[in-house]
Amino acid sequence: MSAAIETEGLGKRYRRQWALTDCTLSIPAGHVVGLVGPNGAGKTTLLSLAVGLLAPDAGTIEVLGGMPGAGPTQLARVGFLAQDSPVYAGLSVADHLKLGARLNPGWDEGLARGRVDRLDLDPGQKAGTLSGGQRAQLALTLAIAKRPELLILDEPVASLDPLARREFLADLMQAVAEQQLSVVLSSHLVADLERVCDYLIVLVGSRVRVAGPVDELLATHHLLSGPYRDPATLPGGLKVISASHTDVQTTLLVRTSGGILDPAWTVFQVGLEDLVLAYMSQATGRRRRDNHHLEVRK
Amino acid sequence: MYLVKCEVVVIEFHLDARSGVAPYRQLIHQVRHALRLGLLREGDQLPKVKDVVAGLAINPNTVLKAYRELEYEGLVAARPGIGTFVTGTLDGGPLAAHQPLRRDLARWLAKARRAGLDDESIEALFASTFRSASEEDIA
Repeated sequence: MSAAIETEGLGKRYRRQWALTDCTLSIPAGHVVGLVGPNGAGKTTLLSLAVGLLAPDAGTIEVLGGMPGAGPTQLARVGFLAQDSPVYAGLSVADHLKLGARLNPGWDEGLARGRVDRLDLDPGQKAGTLSGGQRAQLALTLAIAKRPELLILDEPVASLDPLARREFLADLMQAVAEQQLSVVLSSHLVADLERVCDYLIVLVGSRVRVAGPVDELLATHHLLSGPYRDPATLPGGLKVISASHTDVQTTLLVRTSGGILDPAWTVFQVGLEDLVLAYMSQATGRRRRDNHHLEVRK
Repeated sequence: MYLVKCEVVVIEFHLDARSGVAPYRQLIHQVRHALRLGLLREGDQLPKVKDVVAGLAINPNTVLKAYRELEYEGLVAARPGIGTFVTGTLDGGPLAAHQPLRRDLARWLAKARRAGLDDESIEALFASTFRSASEEDIA
């Protein structure tokens, strides 16, 4: 299967500030990819590069084997839903469908109408008067009805209430089941991603911290708890993601491809949320922990 | 071959986000549980992937993975374009074994209490023994 997105040393700079640094990824097609990271991590920059709204300042990016935004064929293969589901406030729901039909060569009118019916949207209603959830659903309808091979969504559910969020994600997953669609969506809410994503990318401070299939990430990360131990004395093959110590106890989150054989450790499974948070604090709180570590060793 | 209940879907899935158990494992567990209780019988259809996905807002691959594993265990069979149907059973043996095992466990619990262990220590002891026993099974 070809890659949905393939990048090599990709970078983007705004003036002197790098918003994305040395990003190398190979995301296979057929996944629902979650792109997580705090605000300002570079998520929107990466997605904008993938759809061709931005041009890279370093490295390369290929989407479905083509250059992002290069020509009508490439544009038709990729759907994009920008942050906050933008719609035209002055146009009606029916106008939006008409616009979608005119602008997209592969437009699926039956699918678009079917969705609008099922969602109980009034075709005559102006999009500006729709609720947040309805606006998001209208925008999703347009993005799905253009029949893309890859759908990219930037924070699609961030501004929705819990019910609208669940409905939106259920609809998105139904489209994935029916249309064999690859999806990349960004979010800073890990709980939302846990159900829908089978591939995860953690982006913090303009850099990719970890990326891979969710099953594999969960199987190779462990939480260890045991008597105090200097992480420097751990065997090779264990990569420490986060460490915290008291005078007598050490708690580590580690990545390893093998099992944990040392009987001194009690091994716990790690949830996706803890895993993501560990990578986030590794990226932002390193100095603080090092100080703490020094205190312990005194 | 006749199938009367071809379109009747018997069970509905649910997910416990806080359990820490992988969603596909939860689906497998619920099917096995329904089989054990006799709620699902041979010939019954499992919910369609797109209906599970729409109901729970989960990734279709999660459902497919659960169904594949159940198929591998010989409990269900997929018929392309129609759905996934129950072909095996999980009854008899295990249930009959419950009673004596429960009696043994109750005896052991009484012994642990006499030895002065409180509820928490008993749970911790059970959990750590269970874990090392399962690890030995794997190794």
